[in-house]
Amino acid sequence: MSASDVDAPGARPWILMSPALAAVAMLLVIPVCFIAVYSFWLRTAVGSEQVGFYLDNWIEVLTDPFYRDILFQTLRIAAASTLLCITLGYVPAYFIARSTTRHKAVLILLLMLPFWISYIIRTMSWINILGVSGALNVFLLWLGVISEPMQILYNEGTVILGLVHFLLPFMILNIYVSLDGIDGNLVDAARSLGCTGWQAFREVTLPLSLPGLAAGSLLCFVLGAGTYITPMILGGPRDAMFANLVFETIITQLDWPLGSALSLVLLVVLGSVVMLYSRFAGIGQLAKSFR
Amino acid sequence: MDNTTRYQKLLERFRNGDIDRRSFLTLLGAASLTAGLTGAPLKGLQRQAFAATPESVRFDGWGGVVSEAFRKHAFDPYSAKTGIKVIDGTFASGDEYLNRVKAGQPGEYNIFHASGVFDYARYVNLGYDVVLNEDNIPNLKYVISALMEPFRGVTNGKLSAAPYDYGTTGLAYNTAKISREEMEEKGARILIDPKYKGKIGGWGDWRTRIWYGALATGQKPNDIQDMEAVWDAIRAHRDLALKYWGSGAELMSLLAEGEIYVTEGWSGRIAALQQQGHPIGYYDAPNGYAWQECLMVLKGSPLEACEELLNFMLEPAVAIAVAEGQNYPPALDPTKVDLGKKIPTLPAFDATGKLAQLTFADPAYWNGNEAEWSKKFGRVQKGY
Repeated sequence: MSASDVDAPGARPWILMSPALAAVAMLLVIPVCFIAVYSFWLRTAVGSEQVGFYLDNWIEVLTDPFYRDILFQTLRIAAASTLLCITLGYVPAYFIARSTTRHKAVLILLLMLPFWISYIIRTMSWINILGVSGALNVFLLWLGVISEPMQILYNEGTVILGLVHFLLPFMILNIYVSLDGIDGNLVDAARSLGCTGWQAFREVTLPLSLPGLAAGSLLCFVLGAGTYITPMILGGPRDAMFANLVFETIITQLDWPLGSALSLVLLVVLGSVVMLYSRFAGIGQLAKSFR
Repeated sequence: MDNTTRYQKLLERFRNGDIDRRSFLTLLGAASLTAGLTGAPLKGLQRQAFAATPESVRFDGWGGVVSEAFRKHAFDPYSAKTGIKVIDGTFASGDEYLNRVKAGQPGEYNIFHASGVFDYARYVNLGYDVVLNEDNIPNLKYVISALMEPFRGVTNGKLSAAPYDYGTTGLAYNTAKISREEMEEKGARILIDPKYKGKIGGWGDWRTRIWYGALATGQKPNDIQDMEAVWDAIRAHRDLALKYWGSGAELMSLLAEGEIYVTEGWSGRIAALQQQGHPIGYYDAPNGYAWQECLMVLKGSPLEACEELLNFMLEPAVAIAVAEGQNYPPALDPTKVDLGKKIPTLPAFDATGKLAQLTFADPAYWNGNEAEWSKKFGRVQKGY
C-alpha cells in the first residue's frame, strides 16, 4: 500500500477502524461462526460430538413448543422488568438532572455504587431481606402485622424484582444523561409562552428525553432477557429463562451442538430487538443519549 | 486426520485434476490462515501445559475446607519433598468441570476430585482416562476394596483414579416440624406429601430426582421398571417444592433458615448443620443414594508425579484430616486404619469396611440413560 493509498479519504476510516474491526472479528464474529458450525453437529451417546451437517438440532429448536414457551416467558419477564425500570427510574433520573446541589457528582456516584458489588451477591442479598427469616418477615412479626412468616421468595415476582434491582441503575443513567443534555432555556421558553409546569414537561422535557429512555429500555431488555443467575437464585422450579436452558443444555446435558443452536436463537431474537430499535428509533439515538 | 494427511489429499486432488490451481492455492491459503489463527495459540497453551508438568501438577477440587486441608496436609509436604508445585484449582460442579476438560488441551488438567463412579465412567467414555501404576501408590493398600472394584469394572481391571471418600444423599428434615417416626414411616414419599407443600426442597440434579422418584414409587433405583410413574413423582415433587437447590451452601441455607422442612441432602453438609446446632435430622431410607468420590488422573498428565501426589493424599493422616473437614468418611478401610473419634460418628460411616448396607448407582445403567433422562428432566423441571 502506497502513501497515497493511505491518504485517500475513503481508506483512512478503515485503517483507523482496523484494530477495532479486528477485535470484533476475533472476539465476536469468529466465535459466533464456531457456534454456528457446532449447531449443525450432533451429541453422541457418551457426550462427544458427531461432526457433520445435521439439521436435527435446528428442527428440534424451531418446532418444539417447549423452547418457544420458555422464550416467550423470557421475553415477558424481560419486558415486565424493563417497564418497571422505566417507571421507577425516571423520577430519580429527573431529580438528579434537575438538582442544583453542589453534590450532584455524589448522587451520580451513589448510582454507580451497586456496580462495585458482585451481581451475584446483590441478588443473594434479597434472600436476607425477603426470606422466611429475613429482615422483612422479622420486622412484620415484631410489629404483630403477621403471625407467621410470609413466603415471599422463589417465584416469578422475585425474579422480576431481582432483575429490576440489577437493571435500574442502567435505566437511570441513560435517562439522566439524556435529561442533563436538554437546554433549560427550552423549558423556560415553554413556560414563558403560557405552559404549565406539567405541560412543559409533557411537551418539551419528555420528548427530548425519549432517546435516553429508549436506550435504557433497550439495554435493560437485552440484559434482562439474557440473564440466568437471577432466576437460578430467586426463582422457583418453573421460573427458568432461556439462558438457563442454554446453560443446562451445555453444562448439564453436555450437548454442545443443541446448546449452540439455542444460544443462536437467543442471539437472533435479541439482535432482532436491536434491529427493530434501529429501524424505528435509529441506532444513532444510543450515542445521542450519551452526548 | 492430521494436517499433513489433509495437505497430501489436497495435493493429490490437484495433481489428479479434480481441482484447479486457483482452488488448490485458495484452499491451501485458507488452511494456513486457520492454522495460524487457531493453531499457534493452542499450541502455545499445550506447550505451556506440558512444560508446566515437570515443575507443577494441577489439582481441581471443591474448594473450601477440603482445599485447605489438601493444601496443608498433602500439597505443601509433597512440594517440599519433590520440588513439584501443586496448582490448586476449584470447580462448582462436576458437569462444569467436564466441560472445562472437554474444552481444554490434554495435560492442561491433571487430577480432580470426581464425584461418583458415574462421573468416572463419563470421563472414561470420552477417552480422558489413564492407567495408573498402582505400585507407585502404596497407600492404596489402605483403601476399602469395595470402593475400588466399581472403578476397576469400568476400566478393565485397571485404575485411573484412587477412591477418596464416600457418603449418601439421604433425607434431611427439620426435627421441630417433622418427627423421626414420620420420616421412617413415609421415607422418600415425604417429598411428595402435600402436607408439606411449599416447604419441600430438592436438588435440581436429574440423577437424584430420578433416584428419589424411584424410591417414592417403590422401585429399585438401579432397575426402574415404570419410568412414567417416576416422572409423575418428579412432577408431583416439583409442584410441591419451594425451590430446587443448586449447591451445598444453598441447601444448608434453605434448611437453616427454615425456608424448607424436608429435602434430600448430602450427608456431610447435614452433619455440618447438626454440628452448628441446627435442629436438622438425617435419615437414610432403604436403597438411599450412596456415592463415592475419587481422585481421578486425566489423560496427558505427568503420571509418575500424579501417582506420587495421590500417594500423599491417601496418607492416613491427610485423608483423615480432609474427611474431618468435609464430614464425609474417607475411603480408608476402618479395619486397617484407626480413623480417630470423629469419623465413626459421621453419617453413612461403615465400620465393617464392606459397605454392604449402601446402594451405589450402577454406572452402566445410569450412563446408558443419561442423554434421554437428563434432557427430559430439564423439561419436567420447568413444568412439562
